[in-house]
Amino acid sequence: MSAYKNYLIVWATLLVLTAITVGVSLLNLGLWNAGVALGIASVKAALVALYFMHLRHEIKLVLGFALFPLLILALIIIGTLTDTLYR
Amino acid sequence: MASKHKAHKGAPVSARLGIWAFLATELLLFGGLFTVYAVFRLSYPDLFHVQHLKLNRIMGALNTVLLLTSSLSMAIGIAAIRQGRQRILKIALAVTLALAAGFLCIKYFEWSEDFGHGLYPASNLFFGLYFMMTGLHGLHVLFGMLVMVWLLLRAQRGEFSADYNTPVEITGLYWHFVDLVWIYLFPLLYLIG
Amino acid sequence: MPDLSALNGGEASLASHDVDAVFIIPAIPSSLGNFFIPLLIGARDVAFPRLNLFSYWIFLAGIAVTLFSLLQPIDTGWTFYTPYSAQSSAAVTTLCLGLFLVGMSSILTGLNFIVTIHTMRAPGMNWYRMPLFIWAMYATSVIQVLSTPVIGITFILLAAERLFGVGFFDPAKGGDPLLFQHFFWFYSHPVVYVMILPAMGIISEVAPVFSRKPIFGYRAIAYSALAIAFIGFLVWGHHMFVSGMSTVAGVIFSFLTFFVAVPTGIKIFNWIATLYRGSITLDSPMLYALTFIFLFIIGGLTGLFLGSLATDVHVHDTYFLVAHFHYTMMGGTVMGLFAGLHYWYPKVTGRMLNENWAKNAWWLIVTGFNVTFFPMFILGMQGMPRRYAEYPAKYQPLNVVATVGSWFLAVGILIMFANFIRSLRNGAPAPANPWRGLTLEWSIPSPPETENFTEIPTVTDWPYSYGKKTRHDRGK
Repeated sequence: MSAYKNYLIVWATLLVLTAITVGVSLLNLGLWNAGVALGIASVKAALVALYFMHLRHEIKLVLGFALFPLLILALIIIGTLTDTLYR
Repeated sequence: MASKHKAHKGAPVSARLGIWAFLATELLLFGGLFTVYAVFRLSYPDLFHVQHLKLNRIMGALNTVLLLTSSLSMAIGIAAIRQGRQRILKIALAVTLALAAGFLCIKYFEWSEDFGHGLYPASNLFFGLYFMMTGLHGLHVLFGMLVMVWLLLRAQRGEFSADYNTPVEITGLYWHFVDLVWIYLFPLLYLIG
Repeated sequence: MPDLSALNGGEASLASHDVDAVFIIPAIPSSLGNFFIPLLIGARDVAFPRLNLFSYWIFLAGIAVTLFSLLQPIDTGWTFYTPYSAQSSAAVTTLCLGLFLVGMSSILTGLNFIVTIHTMRAPGMNWYRMPLFIWAMYATSVIQVLSTPVIGITFILLAAERLFGVGFFDPAKGGDPLLFQHFFWFYSHPVVYVMILPAMGIISEVAPVFSRKPIFGYRAIAYSALAIAFIGFLVWGHHMFVSGMSTVAGVIFSFLTFFVAVPTGIKIFNWIATLYRGSITLDSPMLYALTFIFLFIIGGLTGLFLGSLATDVHVHDTYFLVAHFHYTMMGGTVMGLFAGLHYWYPKVTGRMLNENWAKNAWWLIVTGFNVTFFPMFILGMQGMPRRYAEYPAKYQPLNVVATVGSWFLAVGILIMFANFIRSLRNGAPAPANPWRGLTLEWSIPSPPETENFTEIPTVTDWPYSYGKKTRHDRGK
């Protein structure tokens, strides 16, 4: 079945990305360690959301429901940091 | 609209909107912890670096693999029941449950090891965050398992079919969300602490 | 020396008043919404009735736990600021659990409303044919769903701090007490809009009905509700100007705070433009609606004083703030709610209110309210701090004025409720549409039957075609 096959490919990619992120964490890249790790995590998250959670085929309204909260999350993190970073 | 419904062939729009709105609240619940993490990670980079080395990276990676695989089995289960294949759904749910249980087992060993080394939530800010984040996440895993047991019982009675599988689908979305949270927790705590 | 035991008693009862007011008032929009959202959009029920019932039971459980925890007087104030709340011997952990449950209920209700408004509208009712009350409830629900989880995790962290000694908010462990305040206000600021937005929605319904004129600026009012909800998420820091927050954050939050005034002003101008040259009848719902507009202008404008960084340092924690808060929450939310109660009373109970007594009560309430709270602006400017049981003698005269005002206010509210109760039995039977309104709830008998509509209506027009040929007239 093609649906199953797609899922298997996504799953394999996720495992490879996990291996990469663990590998990269053993190198010392300074600040870049955090950047690379979060970047890879975001790619993995996007894969799970798009394929496993079917966002790829969703109607726009549901997409909005999925994405808008991310903005609010960004707001609370950024707003709090404007205080703690500049105190 | 009608064509889209056919193409989706899953839960009705209201159920999908409902579960995604619920996941939004979950995101912001964990969001509070992510904010705490951001604040202290930037204020005390050295503390985080020293402390995160005390975590067991191998166990963390293994748990990541378990959860990712459980997401796969869940997705397969949903795809199967959309075509009316009840047996595959039951197998997929059982596999997902087993993997979730495995995840919690490993978590249990990790926590015991931490306690053995005298590391508690009160020890320092990093371990406070570690225990709060993995604890809240663990509770979500546990809740997901309970729901899946209930699904399995209903599946056993043959209640799900190609026409009616809404509970399976929204549980699946919840389960993938639990996976998503872990995808971030793993690097934040184990790799770049 | 003030009598300390009396002081503590006063503090505790004040805190319970605040806890009840701020955390439990969101139940009011929930109950209004449960009754009126399906009615106004032409649906038989909300999208998830069983979830709704579940949410109701969680709410009751949460209230029970909350009240139980308040048996022992709570001495943290309603804001539970750390580090004190992490050490207080009061039942803070139990209170956290209770409020967490209330919050969960509020989330599930909001979620239910959002999905209901998206999926259950009657055929033909597109977004711009929805009553403005529905837009307001939609914005309210979005706030409930997105802000409440943050207070939820805050309660969890506070409980963890008390139970396991996690030190996020404890300076002795390297934590940051201000972090608690950030989280707390990230919820508690938007939640005041949860209280005011439904009231604004009611005004948008009442004003056109009693002016016999189409609402002015429909889309502006609708979108300004969403704008208020969104901007509400950007301004929480203005509660923390004098808490030791960074100056950078203070300037940013002060600047952003002014933007809330824009959509609010848009609404007020549009309501006034709706009244302009309308054929106004001063029935009791309209009286309260006009009171809302008048008092809310005062409440809103004084909010700008508090939102600007430098002025706030002077009036922070004085009676000026108490006055501002009550002008918005009581002059705004409660008056709007009273307007709604008088407007929808016939629909809910099937009886008409005694209009004379309603008006008598209104006179007492409006006079009493202003006599009570206006002097507090002056007291605050003179520097009288809030949350103390005693004050210097020079503040005495205005405090006496305020006390006398509160008697009028109390008597007025008593008369109003007596009227509600008396009319249940003795009121004249209400016709289906006593105010000649065009929203869908007036097209069915009062009170509505169990499933609202025997036949789901088809909507062909917006509900504000007053003073013109309406679809009803056209049909005849």
